[in-house]
Amino acid sequence: MATLEIRDLHVTVEADNATKEILKGVDLTVKQGETHAIMGPNGSGKSTLAYSLAGHPKYTITGGTVTLDGEDVLEMSVDERARAGLFLAMQYPVEVPGVSVSNFLRTSATAVRGEAPKLRTWVKEVKEAMERLNMDPAFAERNVNEGFSGGEKKRHEILQLELLKPKIAILDETDSGLDVDALRVVSEGVNRVRETGEVGTLLITHYTRILRYIKPDYVHVFSAGRIVESGGAELADKLEEEGYEAYTKGGASA
Amino acid sequence: MAEAQNIPVGSTTAGAIAVAAEADSTVATRMSAPPSFDVADFPVPHGREEEWRFTPLERLRGLHDGTATATGEGVKVAVEAPEGVTVETVGRDDARLGRAGTPVDRVAAQAYSAFEQASVVTVPKETVLTEPIRIAVHGEGGTAYGHQVVELGAFAEAVVVIDHTGDAVLAANVDYVLGDGAKLTVVSVQDWDDKAVHVGQHNALVGRDASFKSVVVTFGGDVVRLHPRVTYAGPGGEAELYGLYFTDAGQHQEHRLLVDHNVPHCKSNVAYKGALQGDDAHAVWIGDVLIEAKAEGTDTYEMNRNLVLTDGARVDSVPNLEIETGEIVGAGHASATGRFDDEQLFYLMARGIPEIDARRLVVRGFFAELVQQIGVPDIEERLIAKIEEELEASVA
Ligand SMILES: Nc1ncnc2c1ncn2[C@@H]1O[C@H](COP(=O)(O)OP(=O)(O)OP(=O)(O)O)[C@@H](O)[C@H]1O
Ligand SMILES: [Mg+2]
Repeated sequence: MATLEIRDLHVTVEADNATKEILKGVDLTVKQGETHAIMGPNGSGKSTLAYSLAGHPKYTITGGTVTLDGEDVLEMSVDERARAGLFLAMQYPVEVPGVSVSNFLRTSATAVRGEAPKLRTWVKEVKEAMERLNMDPAFAERNVNEGFSGGEKKRHEILQLELLKPKIAILDETDSGLDVDALRVVSEGVNRVRETGEVGTLLITHYTRILRYIKPDYVHVFSAGRIVESGGAELADKLEEEGYEAYTKGGASA
Repeated sequence: MAEAQNIPVGSTTAGAIAVAAEADSTVATRMSAPPSFDVADFPVPHGREEEWRFTPLERLRGLHDGTATATGEGVKVAVEAPEGVTVETVGRDDARLGRAGTPVDRVAAQAYSAFEQASVVTVPKETVLTEPIRIAVHGEGGTAYGHQVVELGAFAEAVVVIDHTGDAVLAANVDYVLGDGAKLTVVSVQDWDDKAVHVGQHNALVGRDASFKSVVVTFGGDVVRLHPRVTYAGPGGEAELYGLYFTDAGQHQEHRLLVDHNVPHCKSNVAYKGALQGDDAHAVWIGDVLIEAKAEGTDTYEMNRNLVLTDGARVDSVPNLEIETGEIVGAGHASATGRFDDEQLFYLMARGIPEIDARRLVVRGFFAELVQQIGVPDIEERLIAKIEEELEASVA
C-alpha cells in the first residue's frame, strides 16, 4: 500500500533578499485510500507544502524528510516525483502557449505510464474523461490553460488526475473560484478517482464547502507553517462554525 | 511565454508609431547616407550610427571598411532549377541587376560595388513551377561579394530555397522582381558554420496583384545581418515576411526589415520569432513599416517575439510604424520578449515530462504557428528538425 510520509518538514523561500521560513516542522502520513483535508487561513503555508512535495525550485527544504513507500522524494527531480506517483493539482495552473491540451496529455501519460498509450484506446479514454467533466471536446485542441476560465483550469487539472492515476494526489484549492455546479462536477471527478481505492488524497482548502462533496477521513488544521490540530470529519464542522481565529492567535504567539 | 509580462535583463523593446504630417520620413532620416549603389557614397561606419549601433563592427571581418578582399574562390553557388527556368551568370553591366532596390548601407553598397558576376534566375510569365528552385551557397572559407536576381514574369509561380552553409565572409544582395500577378515564396536559410559572417540586403519589388512570401531562417554564423525589404510596383500587392532565428552563445543575428507601402491597396504581414540561449547570444530585430501619403487602403501588421531560454542573452527589438495617411484599412505592430518561463517548465515536469522534453515542447510550441505559415512541407519538417537539434545541443 502506497504511503507518503512527511516528517518534520522545514521549508524556506527567498523573498526580498531575506530567507523566510514558511514550513516549520510538518508531520503527516497519507496512505493509499485515505483522504486528508488540510485547512488553514490564507498565507499559512498550504501551497508551500504542496509545492515543496512536488519539488518546485523556489522552495528550499531545510530540514525533515519526505518518503513515498520508503523512497526519498526530496532526492527526486520534479518529473521523477510525478512518475513515482505524486500528483499536484495546482491552485494556479500555468499557461503553456503553443502546446495543445491533447499533445500535453499524451506526452505526460506517456511519461507517467512509461510507454505511449495505444492511440485508439487513448483517444476514447480522453474523450470519455472529458465528457464526465463536462468539458467541450474542443478543449483538446486549445493550448494548455491559455484563455481558460478559472473553472476550466480546475477541470483540466482533474482531467489529468483521472488520466494519470497517481498514488498520492495533492489538490491545492481545487475548489477555489468554482461556482456550485462546477464544484460538483470537479468533486465527482475527484471521487471517481478516490473510489478506486488506489489513491491517497491530500485535499488543501480554505473553505469547508468542498467537504460536503468529498468526505475526508481526517481533517488537519494548518496554521503558521505547521499542523496545529488533527481530527476526523467533525473537526471541519467546528472550523465551519468557529473559523480559524483560535488557531491563528495561538500560532502567532507560539 | 505569456505576452511580454517579463522583459528579461538584457533586452530592449522599443516601439513607435509615428504619424507624420508631411513626407519627412524618419526611416530615411535615421540612415547616415541616402541609398546608393556606390560604396564611396557611404562613410565607413564607426558604430554609433543608428543603423549600426547594435552591430559588432569588429566582427564583420572588414566588410564594412573596404579591407575585406574577395578571395576569388571559397564560396560556391549552385543553382538547381526545374525545366522552363532560365539560369544565367552575367557581368556587372547587365541591365537586370539592381532593379528591386538600392543598397541602404555601406556593406550592401560594398557588395554591389565589388561583385564580379551575378546570377540571374528567370521564371517566364505564366510558368507555374511544381518543384522549388534551389540555390546552394556554400562557403569553403573564402571571402566573397555576390549578387543574385530572381525574376518572375507575370502570373508565374515559384518557390525558391536559398541555402547558406559552410564557412564564409559574404556580402551579397538579392533582388526579387515579381511581375503582375506573380507568386513567389522564398526561403532563405542561414545555416552557417560558427565562424561565418554574412551581410546582405534582400529587395523585393512586388508587381500589381502579386504575392511575395519571404521566410528567413537564421541558425548559424558568427554574425548574420540581413535587410529584407519590400516595395510595391503596383496596387494589390501582398507581402508576407516571416522569420525564425535561433541565436546561440556568442552569435549575433540581426534582421532589419523595411516594408515601404509606396502605392495604394497593398498588404503586408510581418512575423519574426526568435529563441536565444547562451552567453552573449544577441538578436536584433528592426521592423520598419512606412505607409506613404499616397498608399491609401494599406493593410499592415508586424510582430516580433523572442523567447530567451537562458541568462546572458540579449534581444533588441524595435518595431517602427510610420503613417502618412489616415486612409488605411489597418496598421499595427507588436513586440514581446519573454524569458523561458520556469513555471511552465515546472508545470510540465510535474506531469512527469522530463526536462528536455518539456523544454522542447515549449520551444516547439513557440515556433509552431510560424512554421505552419511557411507552406512548403519539406522546409517545415527541416525547420522542426533543426530546432530540435539546436535544443538538443543546448541541453547537452
Ligand atoms: N515563492 C514565494 N516567494 C515569497 N514568498 C512566498 C513564496 N511562496 C509563499 N510565500 C509566502 O509564504 C507564505 C505562505 O504562502 P502559501 O502560498 O503557502 O500560503 P497558503 O496557505 O497556500 O495561502 P492561500 O490560502 O492564500 O492559498 C505567505 O506569507 C507567502 O507570501
Ligand atoms: Mg495556497
